[in-house]
Formats: sequence, structure tokens, C-alpha cells
Amino acid sequence: MLVSVYRYNPETDLKPSMRDYQIEIPGGKDLMVLDVLAMVKEQDDSVAYRRSCREGVCGSDGMNINGVNGLACITPLSDVVKNDKLVLRPLPGLPVVRDLVVDMSIFYKQYERIEPYLQNDDPVPAIERLQSPEDRAKLDGLYECILCACCSTNCPSFWWNPEKFVGPAGLLQAYRFLADSRDTHTDERLANLEDPFSVFRCRGIMNCVAVCPKGLNPTKAIGHIREMLMERGA
Amino acid sequence: MANIRTMTFDGVIVGGGGSGLRAALELSQSGYKTAVISKVFPTRSHTVSAQGGITCAIASTEPDDDWRWHMYDTVKGSDYIGDQDAIEYMCSEGPQAVFELEHMGLPFSRNEDGRIYQRPFGGQSREYGKGGQAARTCAAADRTGHALLHTLYQANLKNNTVFFNEWYAVDLVKNQHGHVVGLIAICIEDGEVVFIKSKATVLATGGAGRIYASTTNALINTGDGIGMAMRAGVPQQDMEMWQFHPTGIYGAGTLITEGSRGEGGYLVNKDGERFMERYAPNAKDLAGRDVVARSMVLEILEGRGVGPDADHVLLKLDHLGEKVLNDKLPGILELSRTFAHVDPVKEPIPVVPTCHYMMGGIPTNIHGQALGQNPDGTDYVIEGLYACGEAACVSVHGANRLGGNSLLDLVVFGRASGIYIEKMLSSGIEQQEASDSDLELGLSRLDKLNQSSSGEKVADLRKELQVIMQNHFGVFRKGDFMREGIQKLQAMRERIENPHLQDKSNAFNTARVEALELQNLFEVAEATAIAAEGREESRGAHARDDFTERDDDNWLCHSMFFPDTKTLGKRKVNFAPKTVPTFEPMIRTY
Repeated sequence: MLVSVYRYNPETDLKPSMRDYQIEIPGGKDLMVLDVLAMVKEQDDSVAYRRSCREGVCGSDGMNINGVNGLACITPLSDVVKNDKLVLRPLPGLPVVRDLVVDMSIFYKQYERIEPYLQNDDPVPAIERLQSPEDRAKLDGLYECILCACCSTNCPSFWWNPEKFVGPAGLLQAYRFLADSRDTHTDERLANLEDPFSVFRCRGIMNCVAVCPKGLNPTKAIGHIREMLMERGA
Repeated sequence: MANIRTMTFDGVIVGGGGSGLRAALELSQSGYKTAVISKVFPTRSHTVSAQGGITCAIASTEPDDDWRWHMYDTVKGSDYIGDQDAIEYMCSEGPQAVFELEHMGLPFSRNEDGRIYQRPFGGQSREYGKGGQAARTCAAADRTGHALLHTLYQANLKNNTVFFNEWYAVDLVKNQHGHVVGLIAICIEDGEVVFIKSKATVLATGGAGRIYASTTNALINTGDGIGMAMRAGVPQQDMEMWQFHPTGIYGAGTLITEGSRGEGGYLVNKDGERFMERYAPNAKDLAGRDVVARSMVLEILEGRGVGPDADHVLLKLDHLGEKVLNDKLPGILELSRTFAHVDPVKEPIPVVPTCHYMMGGIPTNIHGQALGQNPDGTDYVIEGLYACGEAACVSVHGANRLGGNSLLDLVVFGRASGIYIEKMLSSGIEQQEASDSDLELGLSRLDKLNQSSSGEKVADLRKELQVIMQNHFGVFRKGDFMREGIQKLQAMRERIENPHLQDKSNAFNTARVEALELQNLFEVAEATAIAAEGREESRGAHARDDFTERDDDNWLCHSMFFPDTKTLGKRKVNFAPKTVPTFEPMIRTY
């Protein structure tokens, strides 16, 4: 199989280029893209990419695979390869550090901006804070985010305004804390988002939903935040 | 000073997983200048993969639960070489540590009364083994590690901990007096090498499951802290004790939580027989992990394995129904569909015992202080050095860890290390100094690699190492076969110390990191091999064909591997808990 990899080393390359590798896929095996990347690295150890858990829970290996953002470790070749060719590029819209490694600073900055931690001003009880199973269920589909950035780097609004629009990943987490019955800072959280850009730059095109490797729905969460902001403004 | 930048902190923590983040939180909350060095962004650490939960007697699902029952189970689970003072501390402090996590926001699953949901796990009992199965593992569905790690990272953000993300710790800097004064680290993004100077250095670098060819561990689990400690002359304890988790997905190695058996799943052989009923008539599929893993291998060896090569067994979950599986084990459904191409709602999952956890590691006391051993067998504290989490051996797991106890271990002892360091700092300990030659020593490994012009490829050497460990030091072990393995390893040392780093660039050079990781893997592997050959008995996870019985007369003790001489010694197990009577060694059955 032909594997074409985006290559850029700031020390030696004036501009990026695609480099091709011929990889022998062992017969009858449906490997994951990450397995193939490891085979590329055996040929050429200068290829740089991030990886850790290799099972889709750590969010390290988000990349653009044959044109679609996804996690290399849980994307089987059979899902993405056509005409025996695999094209691997870094996540779009972020500065490239080297090869498939992007600079995620702005992505993390937007995550930090929403104050992603529980805030509760009541005195701490001797045991856990109680929460009904129904209230806990409201966090399902939100807390599972792995911060892989597949969604935000697939979002045109984030491409245009990465400094001002929080982006789908950050907003999913914003809603995770807004939805938590144990958090008492709803008003402050909403105030922090009440401007034309932070939330309202979302145009609801659902590019985030289309690529989330965990099957989460940031657009829906953003919709809930919009409603809360409207109610607050009304 | 050697020509590199120096940065100074009160406390530096190597590793951004659960134990490192918990220690960091404690220190940053107290206002001390704290840095976390992590080779990956913290939420990519291996804690994120923990599934089933955190075992702790919070008396929720089990309203009359008692931490002393948990302690009994843990001591028994350890096959009696867990230190009872440490286990007592973990089980009694545990509830407070878990409630703190909940207060930070950890999204635990809930019972109808609003309290934290707890599920049954292996090796758990009520009333000191006499009251039947307990349900003591606090869970956030089957994503407890993810929920815990993200919560701890978030809490550190709130407390302004300084993070050096994607920095790689290369080696400790130790001065002439044997004090650890900091470490050498390299910024992966731009290749800058710095001396990070600190009054307290905490190794929270996790496990090293990548010494085996088949493992549930992340690719980053390369025992970096263990390698660093060994190069600084720190002995390692119980390195022969590796847990093989009963249910790794056949072929892929990814973990299927013990919680799936806690929720009612069970193992079957090719005849569809629930074979654990024969090996552990009472606890059945929820016996200790060592017991279940060995039973599975015996089924396979006796020809009752499944598949064309009859080399695995099946985990049956379909009888639990789709709703339970969706509510309680959603991550398992996902992993099974992705990696085993089966849907557990309809069909069983092919599983096989897979390397999972390192019970051994850097010996510490309950404050996280790393320990050396005097010639008379007594301990001494290695000034400036701490360890917690999987890298440490306190030891709460002894010869076999119980499921759900790793998350508790890392939270309780990460916290304990932080509390103790805070106390030391406020008592006014001085920063110790390092000389140029101390620093040069810390830099020597990196320098050698950067100057390499010939040698073998890292990927090839790593594969060879992993195959040796898999073949010679697996679930069942035998003396002559292990000695052969040790010889093969020793023949590799020269080659592993001199690999060829072709790519010498500075920007995000992962080839360099992988070469340094390989050398750490090798140190862990050799210590494992020598300790395994040396312990002439079967205990917990260490099962020998040539010494099939537990030998309390000679081996009711820790093993100590001394890296400078590559020899094995012994260390006493603590049998003196402070508030409860000693749990005396008994025959261990489930």
C-alpha cells in the first residue's frame, strides 16, 4: 500500500512536502492506521507523530486520514483506504510543529478559558456530594471528551477565530459543567461566554459531530448553552 | 556548571498521570513552586485507560462496609507480601481521598440514593472473607480512569500548577552525598536540555508493561522512572511480580475490565463450560487475577482453548442484556467492536491473559520516600527522592494486586507524598547542590546517544527484547528457561546501550525519545528477569513450574534487586499495622 505522509521539519525544510512510503500489509489483516504509521516509522524513524494509549481513549493521535479527521489508533484501514492509498496529514488549522505533530496551545487555551473544573461555594460535606442518577445522566455524552481536537480542527468557525471562538471541544466541556447539578457557578460561567464570538460563532454545521471519534455531539451542547444564554438575557 | 540552563523548583514531579497529578495538586495548593514534567500532555497518561473503578470502603452500595475488610482482602490478595502498615494506611485513608475526588468534580456513577455507585470486583469480601462477595469498587461507568485523570488535571489547572508538557526526563542528578538534587530533562518540541533543580524529586512515571510483546499498557509505559532510579543506584523491589490481566482482547491486547465479570460476565472454554467454577468454587470468576489468569492458561494448555489455534478463551456478557451493558460497560462495547470485531450484546469476547501491571518498583515508605538498604538489611531514606503510583512499591500489592486498588494506590500515595514533601519544605529543608561532574553524569547517556554513528535500529532491538520477556518470563516460569532468557538479555545490553540514532534533529524528535525509552525498558526487563529467576517459589503472580509451592520459610519477604551489582537480596515485609491486629499468612484460596 502507498502511504503518503505530510513531512515538515522546521530545522531543515523551507516548506512542507508529501513523502511516499511503500508498506507491505500482512495478508488478511485489517490494521489500524496507527499500526501502519508504526511500520512507516520502522522504515524512516524521522517521521514524527504523537501516540500513547493506542485504544482511542487518550486522544494523542488525532490526524487527518484520507481527508477526514480521526484517531489513527481506532481507524481501521478498511474504513478509509480506497485504491490502496493512505494519505496522512496533520490536523488542519493549527500550526505544524513537525510532520504530523501540531501546536495545540490555542486549543488548550480555549479549554482553560471555560474554567473546566467544578465550582461549588457550599461547604464541603463529610462524604461525597449527592447526585441523583438522573442528574448524573445529564453528564453522559459530555464528560467522555478526550481532547483530541478532531472536532475543533474540523470547524471553519474555529479556523477563522481560534482566539475568540471557544470551539466545539471547549464548549462541550463548558456545558459539561453547566449541566452538573453540583456546580453553583452557572451565572458566572454564562457571563464568561456572553459575547458575539465565544459561543455564537457556531453556525451549527455539525462538522464537529461528523468527526468526533467518541460519538459525542458538541453542536447539541452548544445549542443548550445558546438557550441558557438567551434565557439569561431575556 | 555544564553549559545548560538551570530551572529551580521546590518540588518537581516526573509524570502527569494520576499519582503525579495528585502529588502536584497537594503541593501547588500549599503554595510551593511545583512543576510537573510529562512526556505527554497529562490527560494522555496511562491512568486514562483504567476502566472498572477505584476500590474503597466508602460504605455506599455496601452500607455497613469496613475498611478493615478491604485491608484483609488486600493482604490476602498480595499473597502476604504486601506491607501491612502501608495497606492499613491506604484502606483507612482511602474514603477521604475518594470523597476529595468527588468534591473536585469526578463524575462517578450514582445509586438511587445519590451516593457513589460501587460494583463487585475480584478478591473482594465482607467480614474478613466470611461474609461473601462485596461490592466495593467506586465507578464512573467503565471510564473511571479517564474521569479521574481529567478531574485531577482540571484541579491542577485551578491551582496553577506549572506544567512542562511534552518534556522528557532523561536522568536524575545525584550529588556526592547521595542526595537527589533534581534531574536532566529535554524539551521534546525544541530539543533544549535543562537541569531542573529541586528540593524534592518525585518519580510518578507509571509502569513498564511494554517490556512484554503483549500488554494492555499504553505505548508510553516504558518504565522511565525505574530506569532513571536504577542508573542512580536505587534498588528495585519485587520486580518479578507482574500482573497478567485475565481479560486482554485476544490479538490486540486492549483491556476488558474485571468490572465486566463484576457485573455478572463469566469466562467459558471451547466446550462452553464456565471453568472458573472448578478452580475457585466460591469466588469463581471473581477470584484473584493471578488465580484466574493461571486457570485460563491451564485450560488452553490442556486443549480446551478456543479458535483455530485453541489459544484463547471467551468472556460471555450477552446474558446481561443490552441495557446493563450500555449503562455500565459502554467503553467495553466500543473496544470489543473496534478491536475484537464482536458485539458483546450478541457474542462473547475472545480474551487471553495479558501483561497489565507492575507490582514491583522503587521501594518507598508510606510518605513516598525512596528507600535504599544498608548492609545489615535495614532501610535508609534516599534524600530528595520520592516515588508514587505504579513506579513505586510501597508495597500495597505484594505479589498480586486486586482490581481497583491501583487507582486507590495512586491517589492515596500521590496525596501522601505531597503532604510529606509539604511538611519537609515548611520545616525549611535546604536545596542541595550538584557539582559539574554530577551533572555530567546525568547528561552522559544523552550525549552518547547524540554522538552515535553506528549501531542497531531501536525498533528492532525493542521487538527482540519484548519477545524474550514474553517467552521466558510469562505466566508460568521455569528456572532453566529463565536462565536462558537472562543470558539472551545480557547479550543485548551492549547493543541496547549503543543504538544508532540516525535522526539527530531537535524539533519534536520522537526517535531520540524512543531510544531513551528502550534503555529504560531494558533495565526493567533485566531486573524482572533476575528477580524472577531468584525467587524460588510460587507466590501470587509469580508461578514456577519447578517450585510450585509457596515457601514462607524462605520467601515471605520482598526481593531487592541491586542495579550496581545486578544481584538479588531480600527485605522484610511489614507485619505491624498500627490500629488492627496483624493478618497472619494463611493458605490462599478463593
